[in-house]
Amino acid sequence: MSDFTTWDILRNLLLAARWTVLLSLVSFVGGGLVGAALLFLCIGRSRAGQAFVKAYVELFQGTPLLMQLFLAFFGLGLFGIDVPAWLAAGVALILWTAAFLSEIWRGCVESIAKGQWEASSSLGMGYIQQMRHVILPQALRIAVPPTVGFSVQVVKGTALTSIIGFVELSKAGTMVTNATFEPFTVYGFVALIYFCLCWPLSRSSQILERKLNVAHRNH
Amino acid sequence: MSLIEITEVKKRFGDNEVLKGINIDVDPGEVIAIIGKSGSGKSTLLRCVNGLETIDEGSISVAGAQLLPDELHLKALRLKVGMIFQQFNLFPHLTAGRNVMLSQMVVKKTPKAEAEAMAKRMLERVGLGHKFDAYPDELSGGQQQRVAIARALAMQPIALLCDEITSALDPELVSEVLAVVKELASEGMTLIMVTHEMRFARDVCSRVVFMHQGRVHEIGPPEEVFAHPRTPELRQFLGVTH
Repeated sequence: MSDFTTWDILRNLLLAARWTVLLSLVSFVGGGLVGAALLFLCIGRSRAGQAFVKAYVELFQGTPLLMQLFLAFFGLGLFGIDVPAWLAAGVALILWTAAFLSEIWRGCVESIAKGQWEASSSLGMGYIQQMRHVILPQALRIAVPPTVGFSVQVVKGTALTSIIGFVELSKAGTMVTNATFEPFTVYGFVALIYFCLCWPLSRSSQILERKLNVAHRNH
Repeated sequence: MSLIEITEVKKRFGDNEVLKGINIDVDPGEVIAIIGKSGSGKSTLLRCVNGLETIDEGSISVAGAQLLPDELHLKALRLKVGMIFQQFNLFPHLTAGRNVMLSQMVVKKTPKAEAEAMAKRMLERVGLGHKFDAYPDELSGGQQQRVAIARALAMQPIALLCDEITSALDPELVSEVLAVVKELASEGMTLIMVTHEMRFARDVCSRVVFMHQGRVHEIGPPEEVFAHPRTPELRQFLGVTH
């Protein structure tokens, strides 16, 4: 019936999964860097910076990732700029990830008790010194579990880039299905591979949460 | 000359005027207890002296350092007055020793070895030399508060502000903290403390300030204020019948 062995299917999917992994890493690292920049704008003292971050975050959290991908892919095309799928996918995912990470991290910074600010103020520390030595070290510890947890969303978010033609795991699944006419087997494998990528991440997020909670020195 | 001069200080939170013109002068070495009902403005006043709250009118100066709302003036002021809080506010991610060292190194740029030696001396002084490497959550409330005192002392302030520093402690831990404060007082440290420990105020303080509805209602030496309250509000506060 079919000329394709199960191994053929799996092998092709695994090869495509490399792009899913790479795109996830690029999005996460890039998004982390942009997100950190946004965070510092947001917790800094410039009103304009805060307003910018607020608008940015609302824009990216208030529209579907799919629309952002379309806009990045087709939008720049309107200006005669030919955007390859991988570039549009990378840029859109980085900006999207940055919005969410900066929001997660802002929450972590704001969760530090007011007394920590007051105590460090009363000892004569300035804003930057307080941030550097008192607030951020504590916020960082709180931020690790939700950040790792969010990386799962990034991995799954890469699946959407298949729509603009970036050949990662989902797109490869569609292509292999078109060739083999075995959608259940193919998408079963696709789901399994996603699970193998995501499960360790969400698991480690849980473990980190427990570990850091024990070590979280509060009072 | 007075060490701390609080002159005609007014403070509003929105429409609510919490300080309605406070005048207190504190001499070097004085120990002042501020008593009063909650909402009388006593904690707010203390926080104003350290610049944690801005004031709307009047002036505050500590040994010549004026309270002005910019970072440079605030820093100069805060180097002269330390503050100790009800909730201790130790830095939970640092050991007791590091808590005491941090601001010396960051604010005064003291070399690490020197800061460490100072931290050891100050922890020793509050009876916690052996807890240098303990994290705050490994310490009892009373011990944490003593570390907080050591942390403030390490900056070598001229005066200390104590904001209900025993109110969050279990009854059996109150005395160890008060003993440290008492010793500081006997060494000549200028202290302003908001407190509910009336016996302590009576024994240790040179003057007692009774605040009521944002004003200094009565002020005087403890024997006078406690034994012969002049106003009905203070009598009621002290629970004196008739």
